[in-house]
Amino acid sequence: MEWVISFLLLLGGSLVLVGSIGLVKMPDFFMRLHGPTKATTLGMACLLFAAMAYYGFYGEGVSVKEILISMFLLITAPISGYMLIKSAIHHRLDSIEPTSGKDKIEED
Amino acid sequence: MRLEAKYKWLPTPFRSLMLFIVWLLLNNSVAPGHLILAAILAVAIPLATFPFRTKQPLVLKPGKALQYLLMVLYDILMANIEVAIKILGPTRKLKPAFVKVPIDLAQSMPITILASTVSLTPGTVSAEVYPWPEDMADGAEPQQRYLLIHVLDLDDEAALIDTIKTRYEKPIKEIFAC
Repeated sequence: MEWVISFLLLLGGSLVLVGSIGLVKMPDFFMRLHGPTKATTLGMACLLFAAMAYYGFYGEGVSVKEILISMFLLITAPISGYMLIKSAIHHRLDSIEPTSGKDKIEED
Repeated sequence: MRLEAKYKWLPTPFRSLMLFIVWLLLNNSVAPGHLILAAILAVAIPLATFPFRTKQPLVLKPGKALQYLLMVLYDILMANIEVAIKILGPTRKLKPAFVKVPIDLAQSMPITILASTVSLTPGTVSAEVYPWPEDMADGAEPQQRYLLIHVLDLDDEAALIDTIKTRYEKPIKEIFAC
């Protein structure tokens, strides 16, 4: 069981790390948004499941609140991503040169 | 598509079910007292908030909805691996793009589900829905709507649009029967 928990912790940690690396490394705002909306969500879910397994086996009995937390994360992550990208479009932020289909953004 | 539920006292059956489950999860117990409290809340909260909401289509195919949920969870897993590889790989090779996906859905609830799914899955983030509902005149014939999405690495625009339409939009249409 310890192996499973360690594996989940490591996987979750590295996924969150990859999401953060994406945040730093990507050249423009729109591309930066991809890391946090995806990798971080799954990473958090892995960490929460690790916590659930740990408290289920070594702690004070099974706790299911973590399922609730991951559910709310899954629901809210796309919404915040959407709000961020919407305001970026509203402020007419520049995207990097090779981005195709920029003309598809409608003026408001 | 159906907007009205079967029973007046239960305007949104699935939201009630969700409230019931969330209450039990929050309290981490299935003691009879909590079951009764959860049932009361699950009926009372939708009834109290029902007048404030705009009417949304009801889930007509719960089995399909569950199937869709599992499919999306699997896709999130796959998309994460894909995006992680792309983030760690060379940045210069990526071909970011804006893509317009024509959508047939009209109600805001199904569109929200589609946009969220697109944001969570295949290397895409949904950005905007055109035309804006508030721009449309009252009673005007609804036009073709578009979902503007930003793609991290675009290979084939037509294939991507096709994937979104057949893999995600079609089941949503079936779930709400619209």
